[in-house]
Amino acid sequence: MAGHPRPLSPHLQIYRRQLTSVTSILHRLTGIGLAVGLLYLVCWLVAAASGADAFDRLQGFNGSFIGRLLLFGWSIAFFYHLLNGVRHLAWDAGWGFDLPTTYKTGWAVFIGTAVLTIVAWVIGYYQMGAF
Amino acid sequence: MAETTQHHHRSLRSNIARARGLGSAKEGVQHWWMQRVTAVALIPLGLWLVASLVRLAGADHAAIALWLGAPFNLGALALTVIAAYYHAALGLQMVLEDYVHKKPVKFVLIILIQLGAFALAAAAIVALLYVAFPG
Repeated sequence: MAGHPRPLSPHLQIYRRQLTSVTSILHRLTGIGLAVGLLYLVCWLVAAASGADAFDRLQGFNGSFIGRLLLFGWSIAFFYHLLNGVRHLAWDAGWGFDLPTTYKTGWAVFIGTAVLTIVAWVIGYYQMGAF
Repeated sequence: MAETTQHHHRSLRSNIARARGLGSAKEGVQHWWMQRVTAVALIPLGLWLVASLVRLAGADHAAIALWLGAPFNLGALALTVIAAYYHAALGLQMVLEDYVHKKPVKFVLIILIQLGAFALAAAAIVALLYVAFPG
């Protein structure tokens, strides 16, 4: 028993990606990204608390190209983590853990993320009077 | 029948204790459970926050102060911050447990994550109270 070379799983060099493993690792990556976003939310609130000057400067950055890119990334991460999180909660409740259903719900998460992100940004631009 | 089972694994622990699998600490699912509770809380809270942020796109300081001046927004944002930091600390702890293999480094990082989450949640709540009640 001792010293028996146990197989490593998954072996990354010969591991074939599947939708189920991609949705799993993306859940973690978006979670880490959203934790950073939470840090940014605190900066935003602290800026608002320190007065109009600091807040308007941060809002100016949010409106810049880099700022919008960051917010766009966080919005994708949010909707993905939300939808895939609901998928996880369904699994915890014992629903949809068979392979065909995990593929269907996995694709639904990707499509839902794209739709919700686009809707959020269209409404955001509409609010700002872009069209 | 029952006796053969008893003798089979030669344990002083009863079968029900083995099935519960909780050990002498009598618990162990707290992390898992709170991750789910905060996840459920964050479905409405997160959607509300993102919808609010979209509505506030390009807002100036006065608009933010007006928004946080409403008791519902203040309360909902405080709840969202608490649930989100709790959820983030639990999630990051899980990532560290899985990928950091040097035990001292792992424990120091987990402690830093947990203390950092509390500190940042406190900073966020003090900040939003400042905006809502200036002076």
